[in-house]
Amino acid sequence: MDYALQQAINALQLGSIYALIALGYSLVYGVLGMINFAHGDVFMLGAFACFVLVMWIPLPLVVVLPAVMVITGLAGMLIERVAYRPLRRAPKVSAIITALGCGLVIANAVNSLSPYSQSMPRLLEDETHTLFGEVKVSSLQILITGVAVGLMVGLDFVVRKTRFGMAMRAIAQDRATVALMGVPVNRIIALTFGIGASLGGAAGVLYGLAYPVIAAPMGVLVGWKAFVAAVIGGIGNVRGAMLGGYLIGAVEVTTVAVLPSTYRDLIAYSLLLVILIFKPHGLLGRPVNQKV
Amino acid sequence: MSGEQAEPLLELRGVTKHFGGLRAVASCDLVVQAGHAHGIIGPNGAGKTTLFNLITGIYQPDAGYIRLRGESLVGRRPNWIAARGVGRTFQNIRLCKELTVLDNVRLAYDSRLKTSPLAALFSTPALRRDELRSRDESLAILEAFGLGAEALTPAGALAYGRQRRLEIARAIALQPAVLLLDEPAAGLNSGEMAELLGFLRWVRERFNVTIVLIEHHMQLVMGLCDRISVFDFGEKIAEGTPAEIRADRRVIDAYLGEEVHP
Repeated sequence: MDYALQQAINALQLGSIYALIALGYSLVYGVLGMINFAHGDVFMLGAFACFVLVMWIPLPLVVVLPAVMVITGLAGMLIERVAYRPLRRAPKVSAIITALGCGLVIANAVNSLSPYSQSMPRLLEDETHTLFGEVKVSSLQILITGVAVGLMVGLDFVVRKTRFGMAMRAIAQDRATVALMGVPVNRIIALTFGIGASLGGAAGVLYGLAYPVIAAPMGVLVGWKAFVAAVIGGIGNVRGAMLGGYLIGAVEVTTVAVLPSTYRDLIAYSLLLVILIFKPHGLLGRPVNQKV
Repeated sequence: MSGEQAEPLLELRGVTKHFGGLRAVASCDLVVQAGHAHGIIGPNGAGKTTLFNLITGIYQPDAGYIRLRGESLVGRRPNWIAARGVGRTFQNIRLCKELTVLDNVRLAYDSRLKTSPLAALFSTPALRRDELRSRDESLAILEAFGLGAEALTPAGALAYGRQRRLEIARAIALQPAVLLLDEPAAGLNSGEMAELLGFLRWVRERFNVTIVLIEHHMQLVMGLCDRISVFDFGEKIAEGTPAEIRADRRVIDAYLGEEVHP
């Protein structure tokens, strides 16, 4: 019992990170109907931006995290401007390639600057608290989960309750008509990319804190898992992305607890297949009539 | 106001648009005076909707200019033109069906607000004030249009005729100088049809808006409009008062025996 609870706490931490990244995929898909394949690399960029910042000036996390979010947010908006906007009327596959290309450029740029993995310096004293029995929770786990949940709740509020979120949801339904109602469509799309990327960047920082060895390929490795999470949850759906993130986190932790760790990805991706066969639109997704 | 020398509200000169080999609009002149209701009639494929798409910035003209209060609209984005005061509706209703009735109207109203939507992320007091104002004013518009009770219904759940009404309410929320109506009678039942003329007259008076109307129902066009332009194959073949148009031989020919008299 204690063991299971301990694993649940671990799953919560991992799931929070996946969920945070998955939101970026889902937000962009929601407004543009396209997958931002560079998103995993933006997440990796967040971890490295954090590393560079901290090595340069040892600032506390409360400063580093927002700074990284701004950096990756701007990177996301740049990707939109360079790789998406000029191709909005091109065949979708071309935009997928430019996005993949952007991701490869980021990954290779980081890889050539830092061909080996780096170890993230400690940003805070990690204390372990015993909850009860054998169940322990570290302050790092509390921090990671808390920050991730805070950001997600904030985003959910923005999407559901604010003018910006309303414009986003409207653009998702009919971009051309919404422009005719005076909504600055390009600006909203750029900001959506920026917000998604800044959440990905925040996830990069949190990931670096939890698993302090960072390397360029992590963008693809972790990013794909988060993409799977977004699809399982129902891509385009904000709450679905969160649900998918926690689900993947739980599946991975459970698999590793029960089976050899090499089975982890096999089980996670198999789960994707099974869920999609039965729920083709994901757990919280709905079939949408797309108008062109 | 509508004297000979008054600067026109909306002015198109020599506007031309080709799609491949097809000439959709050919060297079109159209002058709409402030306060007028201007009808545009002509058979299907005459280029009427293309004209609206050119005015609202969906298409760019190949030649000619389009001006609103003397300011060029050519090369501007649709959202810029909308925020400048051009509202429109569509032949086939285009609402955000999953958004509530209120949110559809707010969307248009918000484009007039000064605060950036990005401020939503930081929830400034100015922004909260704007959001409240947007909500209240949009509700007031809905009340005026008799849609107040359905404010929180998803737009897609409204009956067809109510959706048409909402589309006009949404365009009005832009506080447009000119309202472009693309076949507002299409798909209405006979009861709704009968109300439409009175309703459009009310919209015009209540919101003090200039109207450009594309419509096939002659009764509606003749009843509402001060001036009428007739299009055929992308060209304007006649223009005048309703009485002049009724008597115009070319108009009768273009409609090939269709009933022109009310």
